[in-house]
Amino acid sequence: MTSAQEITTATASGIAGRGSVLDIEAVRADFPILGRAVRGGNHLIYLDSGATSHKPRQVLDAERDFYTTHNAAAHRGAHLLGEEATDAYESARARIASFLSADPGEIVFTKSATEAVNLVAYAMSNAATAGAQADRFAVGPGDEVLVTEAEHHANLVPWQQLCQRTGATLRWFGVTPDGRLDLAGMDELINDRTRVVAVTHQSNVTGVVPPVAQIAAAAHAHGALVLADGAQSVPHKPVDVTGVGADFLVFSGHKMLGPSGIGVLWGRRELLESMPPFITGGSMIEVVRMEGSTFLPPPDRFEAGVPAAAQAVGLAAACNYLDTLGMPNVAAHEEALTAHALEALSGIAGLRILGPLDTDHRGGAVSFVVDGIHPHDVGQVLDELGVAVRTGHHCAWPLHRALGAQSSTRATFYVYNTHDEVDALAEGVRQAQKFFGTA
Amino acid sequence: MYQEIILEHYRRPLHAGLREPFDAQVQHINPTCGDEVTLRVALKDAGGEPVLADVSYDALGCSISQASASVMADMIIGKTVGEAMDISEAFLKLMQSRGEAEPDEDMLGDAVAFEGVAKYPARIKCALLGWMAWKDATARALSERAEPEPAVQDPDGEKL
Repeated sequence: MTSAQEITTATASGIAGRGSVLDIEAVRADFPILGRAVRGGNHLIYLDSGATSHKPRQVLDAERDFYTTHNAAAHRGAHLLGEEATDAYESARARIASFLSADPGEIVFTKSATEAVNLVAYAMSNAATAGAQADRFAVGPGDEVLVTEAEHHANLVPWQQLCQRTGATLRWFGVTPDGRLDLAGMDELINDRTRVVAVTHQSNVTGVVPPVAQIAAAAHAHGALVLADGAQSVPHKPVDVTGVGADFLVFSGHKMLGPSGIGVLWGRRELLESMPPFITGGSMIEVVRMEGSTFLPPPDRFEAGVPAAAQAVGLAAACNYLDTLGMPNVAAHEEALTAHALEALSGIAGLRILGPLDTDHRGGAVSFVVDGIHPHDVGQVLDELGVAVRTGHHCAWPLHRALGAQSSTRATFYVYNTHDEVDALAEGVRQAQKFFGTA
Repeated sequence: MYQEIILEHYRRPLHAGLREPFDAQVQHINPTCGDEVTLRVALKDAGGEPVLADVSYDALGCSISQASASVMADMIIGKTVGEAMDISEAFLKLMQSRGEAEPDEDMLGDAVAFEGVAKYPARIKCALLGWMAWKDATARALSERAEPEPAVQDPDGEKL
């Protein structure tokens, strides 16, 4: 079997072949939705996994299995089902932790990556009134929150709001013409007033993988916290939290073959221990009196309400599925598709790709603009051919402005996509050019 | 969905460009797909009823949104606000019909070409963008006439 290393080398020198380290036929057979027909009776060519991914039988079965066999409110009830539900939930936590080489106590379940970012941002504004132990999280006038122009709105708007709530100042890294972070001003942007740096681990528009470890080192030297948005990285390549360099990492289950409604905040234990909660209520309390309440240690402190145990179990099953494929193989498969897409689309006159044109530190989101044809129309023609892409700003409006694009068409790749599907994407764009008379 | 009339209006939009004079200007955006339109309305009185003297616009968006703005402008310029509102209502109904309604060709003219859009829910907002902007601008222009802003304000911002 071809190793991931060989495929990577091969794609670096061009499109070596259309084989894959993954057994694509077997993988696709695991995804029931891939069997359905779409517009015009075409079979589905799904190139929108960056928005949400499809689910293999194994994940669907695991979630359903929880409901049919072990369903109860976890962390409650002394009865058998309650014990089983709790066990399933905590086992899921441990499984997801091992997927990231993390400690289970550092895994907080949220609804999504978006909620996870908000959890940290609100912890920081809540720190103003949470007592001395939360002081390191407090921000106010004179303090700086550093983000980037390349962020998804989920890792931008909550920080804007934090600044609005607390009087802190928002600052940001700009981007270079090929969508990479412009680090030229880093020595000034990261300074003693910087309290938190929020940066993408992989762009959902350009695929760019910024040097998070380097940025984190600078941030830590000034005592700032670092949050990395892993929504587009964790599903697509091996991620070891100890190597990322950040203090917090967020991601969503539904983008990594898992159910919707479950996400993860990974945070360093010593930070979570002194962080005030965001959403409060049942499950996260220690003692409750009318006059006030105390809170549990992490991760429970940040998990108010009855746990989404079925969804956590589904996400754990997704981790199992991905580890069976092997994350290095997943990454290699996607790198080959990305290289193929970059080459195929670069060959189309009147098409401009947003972001780098090779796969060096660049993942599988390929966004592009076509002269004379609005992305929505490009997407419509592709849709008629059964090809599903995303059109618009992809929740990264400032990035689009910075790259001189009013909006774009985006293809994203995952474990069930094939080289034939990349060909169909390119062919569909050419058809759009013919139809709108711009070819 | 892409009727020839729509493509015609997309390639050669009518009444495009922002013109003076105008009574109100709005900017509408469709955040999900990146369509934008800046639209101006100029009213004049004709026998007691306000008439649309001009509807000018700058549209940055997909073929459906641009063509719809062009068709709209061509249909309503010169009509009374009341008549234009009736057309607007008829068009909205057509968009919400899921392709099952019989469009009123007399009322809608070229706009019946957008009939197919109703079968593609994701494109309905595109077709309606110009109309929504026009309704907003017209409402502002009308209320401006009812309660005009004073030409001069004192330094404290009080109306004189």
